[in-house]
Formats: sequence, structure tokens, C-alpha cells
Amino acid sequence: MSKKKNSLVIDATDHTTKGGLLNRRLFLSSAIATSAALATTRAAYGQGVVGEGQEDWVLFPGSDALEYSNRSRFEVDSVKRLLPNDSQEFLDLRLTKFVARTPLDHLMGTITPNGLHFERSHQGIPDIDPNKHSLVIHGMVKNPLKFDISALENYPTVSRNHYVECSGNSAVLWEKNPTNQSLQEIHGLLSGSEWTGVLLSTLLDECGISPDAKWIIAEGADNGMMTRSIPIDKALDDTMIAIRQNGERIRPSQGYPMRLLNPGFEGNTSVKWLRSIYVSDRPVMSVQETAKYTDMMPDNKALQFTLEQDVKSIITRPSNAMSLKKHGLYEITGLAWSGKGKIAKVEVSADGGNTWADAALEGPIHSKMLTRFRVPWLWEGGSAILQSRAIDEFGRIQPTRKELIDARGRNGIYHFHAVHSWGVAKSGKIKHVYA
Amino acid sequence: MYMHRALIIVTLLMSTQITTAQESRFGVPATQADIDKSFWAVFPDGEFLPEGEGNVAEGRELFEYNCNICHNFPDENDPVKNRIGKLFGVKDKRGKTNLKQTIGSYWPHSTTIFNYIRRAMPLVAPMSLSNSEYYSLTAYLLHENGIIAEDYVINKETLPKVEMPNKDGFVNAYPEVPNKYKSGH
Ligand code: HEC
Repeated sequence: MSKKKNSLVIDATDHTTKGGLLNRRLFLSSAIATSAALATTRAAYGQGVVGEGQEDWVLFPGSDALEYSNRSRFEVDSVKRLLPNDSQEFLDLRLTKFVARTPLDHLMGTITPNGLHFERSHQGIPDIDPNKHSLVIHGMVKNPLKFDISALENYPTVSRNHYVECSGNSAVLWEKNPTNQSLQEIHGLLSGSEWTGVLLSTLLDECGISPDAKWIIAEGADNGMMTRSIPIDKALDDTMIAIRQNGERIRPSQGYPMRLLNPGFEGNTSVKWLRSIYVSDRPVMSVQETAKYTDMMPDNKALQFTLEQDVKSIITRPSNAMSLKKHGLYEITGLAWSGKGKIAKVEVSADGGNTWADAALEGPIHSKMLTRFRVPWLWEGGSAILQSRAIDEFGRIQPTRKELIDARGRNGIYHFHAVHSWGVAKSGKIKHVYA
Repeated sequence: MYMHRALIIVTLLMSTQITTAQESRFGVPATQADIDKSFWAVFPDGEFLPEGEGNVAEGRELFEYNCNICHNFPDENDPVKNRIGKLFGVKDKRGKTNLKQTIGSYWPHSTTIFNYIRRAMPLVAPMSLSNSEYYSLTAYLLHENGIIAEDYVINKETLPKVEMPNKDGFVNAYPEVPNKYKSGH
């Protein structure tokens, strides 16, 4: 006890739990504030200690290295958003919170941290034991085969950067009036990762598929067994069985232990918790490709199998998550992507689409992956409408909202990809507008 | 296929400098039991529909006990239950297709109902009923959507023969969205 008073030697009695982190709390919880602690130091070492004025984290040893690290405890805002504003009655019947959106306003670069990847399930996230899970490939094949996770780890793997975007991302922009939802709520069903896995073509080849095969039917092992039909040309092209995301095994919410990944296709087709691929000559017409994920057109026909995603971009900063505090130089930055290939060009307008400037693209630019764009902007205090417009390597140009609605009407609820506008008021306040 | 295999070998050679080309083959034969456990799809022409049989009256009773807690009956209009999933409704008052996208107004294939409810419903306990019970629920949903008569029996022969009102309502957008729905560029 007296030893402690006179020096900063920390003994075993200070470790109330395993780990050094509690040392600092000890001082706080025993009501000895930093200054008091410093005074002790001074008492121990005499006058004129050089550490005076330094923060706690400089003066005291930090915490232990962890087996799996967390973010700073100060990063409380950068979190996913769960369902907005739902009544308890609805949530009770819905059983699981089935959607969580990526905080795009808090992120830079193009890779989404695994813990912030958007999540969308239909009947919850299964807790799959990898030792009891395998993928069966059967149907129009010579040899029906089974692959467990350790088998998949043996193949020559590929690692590729790809985005995943839910077919329902930005859906609120079909509505007649502009929403006051946040950037995250509007566009947060979008994330980008480095995915590692085995090309499906490798496994299909091993099974020996029939020349008459036209589709594969993928089924998950989740509650509800998500089912989608995917054209065979895609399956033999760049579809992969992903087992890793940004180096580590994919998270339960992303399909642990294995998922389908159809780069550039609407997110729902990348069936998570994958356990069966039936090679077929026709689609199965599951609920998610008939009743859902189809869009009613103005002539009362519905577009079905809108699989490959269009070219699209959004400005992530500034956005309605912030307001401009003073006149001066700002950077406009955002994300652009195409379901067909690489982004070739992004243009930005500050006057609602009357004039456009080329944005700088940050490389390397990957196919079917988010591309970060930037352009400096001098805000002199007037009102402004900020827009971005992406063009891909095939010359596809992101349409205006009016062009999209002229072609497809407003009765669809999926696949919104038109130019999005942020209105900046003279006050510096930013809100979503139609322009 | 053989071309694919060749490509894989070439890639191996180039990327990892393996000097003797060897194919990676790690799949093990899948048994019928493996397939049966993981494969639940049934096709619009009825392929893979199971044995068993159901009818509207039994379906109505099953619906009351297994489904009505979350889904409205045809004559109910609880807004929360409508948001969970509106299962009935063919045409609106003007005779136009109801955009709520219900079974009667929107679904193009009868088999989709059985395929979906057997794997996914009731939400609290999917796959908790027998095939015949799922056939009965399918019969009930078809009947209350004005598609089959009260005495129509549903089994693997009859279900694919049921014609859905909106069977011609869909346009294929793969690999390209038809020109008329393309926006400007
Ligand atoms: C605990 C609540 C709950 C119960 C009980 C329940 N359902 Fe559902 N049902 C849902 C939810 C939630 C969805 C939407 C699921 C989704 O979004 O993927 C749904 C969707 C459906 C759909 C698709 C609707 C559409 O428009 O796409 C059908 C059909 C259906 N249920 C039938 C049934 C039947 C038949 C039963 C009884 C055997 C049943 N449900 C029991 C909650 C429930």
C-alpha cells in the first residue's frame, strides 16, 4: 500500500481482470483523477518532470494486444443502421431485423470494413457449423459432387475486388417526393470487398456439365432456403464460391462458410450460406425472381431477371449527413460502379446538371467494383445542386431520374440507378432533392 | 468444358509456376441423401413436386392456425399484416392489375407458391408441415385468389396445370433490358 503511494509500480492487485486496460480505470474509479496521478508521479520523481501537460495515453502503458481487435471506443457514429421507424407490432411479426445499411458517409476508399458490410437476410442469419456444411453440385452433370470448406481451401483461389449492391438499394428514389432519409438509409445497401474463393467454372468443370445446361439453381442453407436461378454463361464466367472477405473467412451475415458471388449482378443472386447448385436447362421461377426483384413497367409488363446492374454513382461527401459550416474549398467525393465492367469516367455538376466537370478517379480501377472519385469545389455561399454521373468502359451513361422514369415508370421498386442530387442551401444545409 | 479445364491448367502454370500441370480435384461423390437434404426446388412444369394431395377446406383450417397470426384472411385488412405480406387480391376496382403484386394479380407460376411456402413458411417454423398440408395451403391460396374452384384438388399432377392470371405478364431483361425500357443512352 505504501509502496503504491510513493511510486507508480503496478502490482497484481491492480489487475481486477485479465488485461492491462483496467490500470487506467483503476485511477478513475478510485477517484484519483489524472492530475492527482500526475501529482503522485511528481511526488515520486521530484519537481520538473518532463511529462507535464501530456495526455494519459502518453504517460501510462496502453492496453494489451487482443486476439481480435475492436475499433476505438470513440468511433460510435460509424455504425450500420437497422430498419428505420418500424412499429413494434411489425417487428414482432417479422421476427428478425433483416436489414442493416453501410454508413457510407463515414467511409473512404472503396473497401468496406467487414463489420460494416451491409446485411440483408430474409429470415435471419444462420449460425452454421462449417463441419456440418457442404456444397452439393448436381443435376445436369456427369458426376454430382460435394465440396466442404476444407476441400474448397485446396483449390487455386482467386482474390478479386467486387462490390455487392442489393437490388432494392436507393428504392426510395422511385417515390414521387424527395425523401429526407439520410445518405446511409437511401444508398447504404452497397459495400465493396476483396473476395477470395474458387471460380464456380472450376467446380462445374470437375462435375462435367451437360452441353444443354442453361441455368444453375442456387439454394442456401438459411431458414427459408434462399433460391435463385443464374444463367450458365455467368456461372462459367466470373461467378465464384467466396469463402473469404478482405482476407478473413466471410462473416455469418455474409454467408459463412461459403456464398455465391455473382460480380455485377443484383445482390440477391449472390446466394449466401450456399449448399446446393442444381445445373438445369431452365430457371426455377422462385419467389425472389417472380414475386420479388421484378419491376412493373408502364405497360403493365414486369421486367424479370434484371440481373446485370446498370452504371451508377453517388456523392458520399458532402451529403445530408453534414452541413457546410463556412465558405471555401471542399472536396466532393463519392463512389461509382458498373455491373458490366470498369468505370471509365465520372462527371460532377454543382448546378443541377447544366455544366459538368471531370472528376479524378482513384485507381486501380477494378471491374465490377466501387471506384472512388474526387473533385475540389469552391463553395462561395450560394445555393447549389450537387450531382455525379458515371460512364463505364462500354459507354453506358448513368441516366437522369427523368430519363429513367420516362423509360420505366414509377411502379417498379427495385433497380434504381439514376443520377442522385444533393441540394445545398445558402445556409449550408444539405438535403436530398430531385433536379 | 475441355477448354475450360485447359485454361485452368494454363492459369496454374502461369500464376504459381508449378512445373508439372496437375488438375485440382477435391470434390467427393454426392449421395442421393446429400442431394435430397439440400435441394428443395420444384419447377413450373411440376418436376420435383412430391407425392401427397391437398384441398381448399383443409388449407383454410391450416391457414387459420399457422398463418393468420401474420397474414390477413381475404376479408381482413390489418395494415401491419398487409405489410408483412398481402396474399390475396386479383384486380382492383377498375379491373386493372393490382400493383400490390399478389398471387392472383402478379405471380406467373402456380408452383412458385408450393416451392416457397414449403421452404419458408410459416416464418416461425418453416418445413414444419407435411407435403399434403403444404398442398392444401397452396390450394387455399389459389382458391382465395380466384384461380381454382373450391373442390379442385392439388397434387403433383394438377398443380402445374393451374393457369395463373398474370402468366404472360413478364418480360425477360437478361442479358439485355429490352430497348423500350432503356433510358435515353
Ligand atoms: C411469424 C409471421 C409469419 C407467419 C406465421 C407466416 N408468415 Fe408468411 N410471411 C411472413 C413474412 C415476414 C414474409 C416476407 C418474407 C420475406 O420478405 O422474404 C412472408 C411471406 C409470405 C409469402 C410471400 C408473400 C409475397 O407477396 O411475396 C407467402 C405466400 C406466405 N408468406 C405464406 C404463408 C403461409 C401459407 C403461412 C402459414 C403456413 C405463413 N405465410 C405464415 C411472415 C409470416
